[in-house]
Order: sequence, then C-alpha cells, then structure tokens
Amino acid sequence: MQIQLSTTPDDHRIAKLAAAAIGLTLAEAAIPSPLPGVKPGLANIVTLVVLARFGLGAAAWVSLLRVVAGSLLLGTFLSPTFVLSFSGALVSLAALALAQHLPARWFGPITHSVCAALAHIAGQLGVVFFWLIPHAGVAYLLPVFTAAALLFGTLNGVAAAFLLARLPALQPACGERERKNPIAIMRAAPLK
Amino acid sequence: MNAVAYFRGGDWLILLLGALFTAWLAATVWRGGAPSKIVIRAGGHIFTEARLDAPQRITVPGPLGNSVVEIEPGRARVAADPGPRQLCVKQGWLSHAGDAALCLPNQISVELTGAKRRFDSLNY
Repeated sequence: MQIQLSTTPDDHRIAKLAAAAIGLTLAEAAIPSPLPGVKPGLANIVTLVVLARFGLGAAAWVSLLRVVAGSLLLGTFLSPTFVLSFSGALVSLAALALAQHLPARWFGPITHSVCAALAHIAGQLGVVFFWLIPHAGVAYLLPVFTAAALLFGTLNGVAAAFLLARLPALQPACGERERKNPIAIMRAAPLK
Repeated sequence: MNAVAYFRGGDWLILLLGALFTAWLAATVWRGGAPSKIVIRAGGHIFTEARLDAPQRITVPGPLGNSVVEIEPGRARVAADPGPRQLCVKQGWLSHAGDAALCLPNQISVELTGAKRRFDSLNY
C-alpha cells in the first residue's frame, strides 16, 4: 500500500524556505551566547524575506515549521526551550502582522525585523515570568534583552533588505520552471 | 555593501524609539540609588519614617524648637530649622539613597534610604 500526499508548488516553496531557516537555526546553535536568550536569530532573515515576498501566511508557516523542526533536530522539542522559542515566534508573527501594514515607503525590512525581535523577547520573557521564574528579578535583565533585540534586529533587517534587493523581483506566476529549478523559488508570486 | 542604503526613513524612527525605550527601561529597572523612604531622627531616636511618594511637611520638635522637613515625590529637604547656622537647610534637596542632612544644634537628622544600602554607616 502506498500513501500519496498531493503537494502544491506552494508547499514545496515553504518547505525549501523552512529548510533554509532550519539550517540557520542549527548553525546558530553552535555560536556561544553570553546570556541565555541573547542570540542573533539568523533564521528570522528567512522569515523577513518570505514576509516581503510571499506574505504573512507563508512567513508564519516558515517560522513555525522552523521552530518545530529545529527543536526536533536540537533535541529540545516540548522542553522549556521549545516553549520559549515557540511563544517568541508567535508574538513575533503577531508583531509582523501589524508592522507589515506600515507604509512601505517609510518602513522596510529593518523596521519589521526590529519590531519582531522586540516582540520575540517580550513573548519569551512573558513565558519566563509567568511560568518558569515568577520573580521580579527577571526584569533586571530587560534592558540587556531589548538592547540585544535592537542590535540583532537591525543586523537581520539589513541582511534581509540586502537579500531582497539582490533577489530577482516578483514575477506573476509560479509554474513548471520553478518546480524544476529550486533557485527560482524566490521569483514566484506571493501566496494567495 | 553599504548597509545605510537599506534604511528607510521610518526605520531610523523605529530604531530611535527602540533606543529610547531601552534607555527608559534601564533607567527604571536599574535605579538602585533611588530613594524610597525617609528616616527622621530626633535626639538619637527614630522620630518617624515616611515614604517618599507623596508631598507632605513634617514638623519635628527639638531642644531649640521645631524643624520642618518637606517631602516631595523622590526627594526631601529640611525646609526650616531653628539652628544658628542653617547648615541642614542650606544643604537643599536630598534625592539619592544614603543622602543625609544633620541639624546638630536641634539634634535632628534626616536620611534617605533605598532598596539597597550603599554603605553600612558614616563617620564624621
């Protein structure tokens, strides 16, 4: 007996982009961090590019797939680390959902990235405070976390803006050519 | 690659707001030196302790007469004192934990205390 899953080009695109994000997550896990919670969040570059190219729905898929699959690979699935990462991603996506409506003339990927980074830290610290360490001492690290979010949010935003400028512009259709040529996935149209 | 070229006008605004927010957080969270209470002593005994969150005037009796301590949110001073040289009055507003004003002739002292004590005691 054979089970056949029917997939669409959109599924393939999301899977490939999520794989890129998971790769960045794994690479980042090797970077030592001075303080738990302070890390570059390189995978968010992919989320930002996907948001700009394919819209919020695809960005949410890529971000959440990255969190789940990344935690499976790192062995943290369903651990507190996973819950922190998942809640951070959810609040980040909420922030992106709002920030994407800012006028594009004035606010670009850097704004999106900084908002998402600050929201990420807010979501994580919310979980830390209400679940893990219900103690006001957590607040003493807040300025460190927000400063790190500003720094890495800006760097990731610049990276995303750089990629968006280099990647070919939007083209109207996603067809056979994109399916055969994975490099062309970025040229495809936004998800409906 | 010129990173600045990727910034749009509003991006700078967001960064500025973020930096201000961080500075505000740091000022709020890390103000270990901010006073929270005032301790008024008369004749070597604690006359009263009060919180520094609402304005009020406290009259403290001493051997020479009444001294008046004025409290405002976050700071306090000796507003009036019968002492001859008015040293504690001229000291003005005290606004840091550990600051103290001594009205020696009238045997009154005013000290601000915070969450953390910066030192155990002072000797003059």
